[in-house]
Amino acid sequence: MPSSLGYVIWLLATLLEVAVVVCAISRHCFGRYLCLNLYMLSSLFVSVARYLALSHFGVRSGEYWYLYYYSDAVLTIFLYLALITLYLHVFDEMKVEKYVRLAAVLLLAGTALFSYGVVHQSFQSSGKMLASFVFELSQNLYFVGLVLTYVLWGAILKLRESRTQLIQLVLSLGVYFSAFAATFALENMFPNLQFFAYIVPALGCLLPLAWAYAFWRLAPDARMVPARLAMVPR
Amino acid sequence: MATLIFILSAAALLQFFISYCRSLIASSIKQPLSAEVRDVTGIPNTASGEDFVRVIQLLDLCPERPEERGRIRAINAYFRLLNFVRSTLARIVPALVAWTEMERGQCTYFAAVTLDRRIAFSRDMLAQQLDV
Repeated sequence: MPSSLGYVIWLLATLLEVAVVVCAISRHCFGRYLCLNLYMLSSLFVSVARYLALSHFGVRSGEYWYLYYYSDAVLTIFLYLALITLYLHVFDEMKVEKYVRLAAVLLLAGTALFSYGVVHQSFQSSGKMLASFVFELSQNLYFVGLVLTYVLWGAILKLRESRTQLIQLVLSLGVYFSAFAATFALENMFPNLQFFAYIVPALGCLLPLAWAYAFWRLAPDARMVPARLAMVPR
Repeated sequence: MATLIFILSAAALLQFFISYCRSLIASSIKQPLSAEVRDVTGIPNTASGEDFVRVIQLLDLCPERPEERGRIRAINAYFRLLNFVRSTLARIVPALVAWTEMERGQCTYFAAVTLDRRIAFSRDMLAQQLDV
C-alpha cells in the first residue's frame, strides 16, 4: 500500500484537478480550452478508479497493475491531444487546422508503431506484450510531447503570440513534460532509487497547479511580449 | 541513451522553467507599487536583487493567500538559480552579471507586488470581521 505521504500527494493532485475545472468554468474558459479540461476531468475519474481498484484488490494485484498502466497510456494520449489543441490555438489565424490534425494523427500512429517495434521482439505471450506496449507507448509519448511542446514554444516566439494565458499553459506543459522525461531517464539510469516513488506523483501536481493559476488569475484577453520571456534576448 | 534523454530533458526543463518564471514576473511587472509598500520595503522605482530576502521576510509576516503559494516558491527557486549563475557562470561570462542583476531585481519587484496584494487582502479580511 502507498505510504501516508503517497496518499497525501494523491489527494492533493486530485483536488488540484478539480480546481482546474472549477477555475475554468468560473472564468468562462472551459469551452475555449475544452481538451485541456477534458484531460483534467478524465484524470480525476482515473484517480477515483485507481483508488477503488487499490482498496478492493490491493497494490500487488493484477487488476490494479493493469488499470494503472492502461489508464496511464490513455491519459498520456489525452494529454497529447490537449497539446495538439494548443497548436490549433497558436496557428488558428493561419488556417492550417487540417494539416495540424493530420500531422498529429500520423505522429501518434508513428509513435505507436515504433513502440510496437521495440516490444515486439522481446515477447512471445500476447498478454504480456500488450502490457509492455502500453508502458512503452506511454514513455515514448512523453518524450514526443516534450519535443512538440518545445517546437510550439519556438512557434510562439516566432509568431509573436501574445496571449498570456495561452503562453503560461504551454510553458507549464513544457515544465511538466521535461520534468517527467528527465525523471523517466533517471529512473532507467538508477532503477534502485526509492526516491522516484514520491517524485513522480509530486510532479503530477505541477500541471494542475499551474493551469488552475492560469485560468483563475489571468484574464483571457491579457497580453504580454513573448520575446521578453526567451532566455536569449530577441 | 537514458543519459542523452536525461541531458536533453534537463536542458528543456531549465529553459521552460526560466521562461515560466519570467512569464509570472511579466504579468505583475506592470502593476505599480502602492506608496505604503514603497515605504515599507524601501524600494523606490527600480527594485534591486539585494532587497529580495528582506521583501520575502516581510511577506512571511502577512497572512498567506493559498493561490500565491506555488508562484512564490517558483520565483524563490528562480532567484536561487540566478544567484547560482551569478556566482559561477557570470564570473566567466561578464555579460551575465548585468542580466542576472536585472532578473534578480524583477524577482524583488514581483515579491513586492505580492506583498502589496497580501496587505490589501489582510485589510479586506479585517474589514469583513469588523462588519460581522
